[in-house]
Amino acid sequence: MSAVVGKAESLRDAYGKALVELGEKDSKLVVLDADLSGSTRTVLFGQKFPDRFFNVGVMEPTMMSIAAGLALQGRTVYASTFAVFAAGQAYNFVRQSICYNHANVKIVATHGGLLVGPDGGTHQIVEDIGLMRGLPGMTVIVPADAPTTRAATFAVAEREGPAYVRLTRENLPTVTDGSFALGKAAELRSGTDLTIVAVGALVARGLEVAEELAKVGISTRVLDFASVKPFDGPALLRAARDTGAILVLEEHSVLTGVGALVASTTSENYPVPVRRVGVPDLFGESGDAWALLDRYGMSKDRIRDEAWELLKVRGKVQ
Amino acid sequence: MTFAAQSGHPGGSLSVTDLLTALLFHEMKVDPARVDWPERDRLVLSKGHASPALYAALALRGFLPREELLSFRKLGSRLQGHVDRNKLPCIEASTGCLGQGIGMAVGMALDARLRHAPQRVYAVLGDGECQAGPTWEALMAGGHYRLSNLVAILDRNGLETDGSTESIMGIEPIADKFRAFRYHTLEIDGHSFPAILEALAEARRTTDQPTAIVARTVKGKGVSFMEGKHQYHGKPPTKAEAEQALSELSRASEGPS
Repeated sequence: MSAVVGKAESLRDAYGKALVELGEKDSKLVVLDADLSGSTRTVLFGQKFPDRFFNVGVMEPTMMSIAAGLALQGRTVYASTFAVFAAGQAYNFVRQSICYNHANVKIVATHGGLLVGPDGGTHQIVEDIGLMRGLPGMTVIVPADAPTTRAATFAVAEREGPAYVRLTRENLPTVTDGSFALGKAAELRSGTDLTIVAVGALVARGLEVAEELAKVGISTRVLDFASVKPFDGPALLRAARDTGAILVLEEHSVLTGVGALVASTTSENYPVPVRRVGVPDLFGESGDAWALLDRYGMSKDRIRDEAWELLKVRGKVQ
Repeated sequence: MTFAAQSGHPGGSLSVTDLLTALLFHEMKVDPARVDWPERDRLVLSKGHASPALYAALALRGFLPREELLSFRKLGSRLQGHVDRNKLPCIEASTGCLGQGIGMAVGMALDARLRHAPQRVYAVLGDGECQAGPTWEALMAGGHYRLSNLVAILDRNGLETDGSTESIMGIEPIADKFRAFRYHTLEIDGHSFPAILEALAEARRTTDQPTAIVARTVKGKGVSFMEGKHQYHGKPPTKAEAEQALSELSRASEGPS
């Protein structure tokens, strides 16, 4: 464990505990799950409030419609399953039943990305951020740690309308103080030579690389863009102006993820060199979760190399 | 409406008209002056393409001006091709992509039960929609939770876009399927008002499980050249056809001479 990141904690536990607190505050709040409540940790809510917890079994598309129906009656509804089912299996149900209806449903999807590990490529969705971000009216949050997960679970309840929160199966080191705000990027490290924009599990790797670069005199800003939608455009453009180069890190397809968003936003408003570290146009495979990140191009070495390329382009290193 | 729009789904609108009329004019607790009345009964048109029938019934019931009907499917209209609650507040749930309305109805019925509210939820399904897996997911949930405040009404006109349901992907024996999914299941003539109203009354008397009403209907009902023709599922009439259709329907509404 490096000095720049904290102890690894479970995002899913943070979610489950936050749900219980929400359930205590809002007696109308209901929670749905699709036979994965032990893994998603909605079981904690179910044990405390059995009358307001519906485990609908393996019917993820219809879980979204049922959630929408409950929400259209004036309730705040949380619905959880793995990301591959929430965003993949149920896509058009999220689209019509929830988003088209402006239903107040918070989809908290666990097991996003390659870090699902041994379950393999069928279950490692690397397209969900793109799918969910493209839906009109959808809020999209990708927490990097447990404190942000907790804060985001509360924050989406405060904002009327649909939301998608993508959690990771693996425990992640704490990198924030949990002061998450919708639509705001968190500056985890200040810097002037280069900006690393990161979401989810790769925020910690970004901080570690920034620390290494500091040892050779490179000043790296690190922005946690947990709030993918709404997106903090001003913070991104400030970073573009101040540092002149942006490296994006995400455990998601580079085709449709945050890297694509950063590249399009900067090129339209303040063009600077942007490089994307993420999953190439490939499905994953079974294996150790963290080894998969290395295998699919998200190792610390790769991040350092990409940073160096950007610094070369900017004439800051040879 | 479908002639004026030169698009839309006349066949499946005409088959469901009598069912919607019975619901909105006789069975359901609704008030056109209070569309947001919390205790109103809920109607979810899971076969959202039958929007012309619902818009017409809502207009005659006083929920929207009759003149608005001809704006159907036009740019800026509240009367979207498939029913849309954001544009037209008396619509309970936006539908159109099949297999979702029944799920939303299950959610609404669950909510009413949690609140111990005397509210009833009516979901109107198409028979092509019964080929969709999620329809059965939702029906399974309604049966599992014993939602006696839920009534699933199947507009069993026998036809879908490309032909008859039984030639494309058979859904029979459909009543047995509903029974297997734990529904009190009734089979009726979907164009007989006494039969429809009695079935709805029996649903009200059913207190430990949801009710399914298999309403046998005729696609294009009331228009001689449309009746039983799948070709009019998603095709609007020509001007001459529209004039003939309106003439036949208005003669029918005046009663036998």
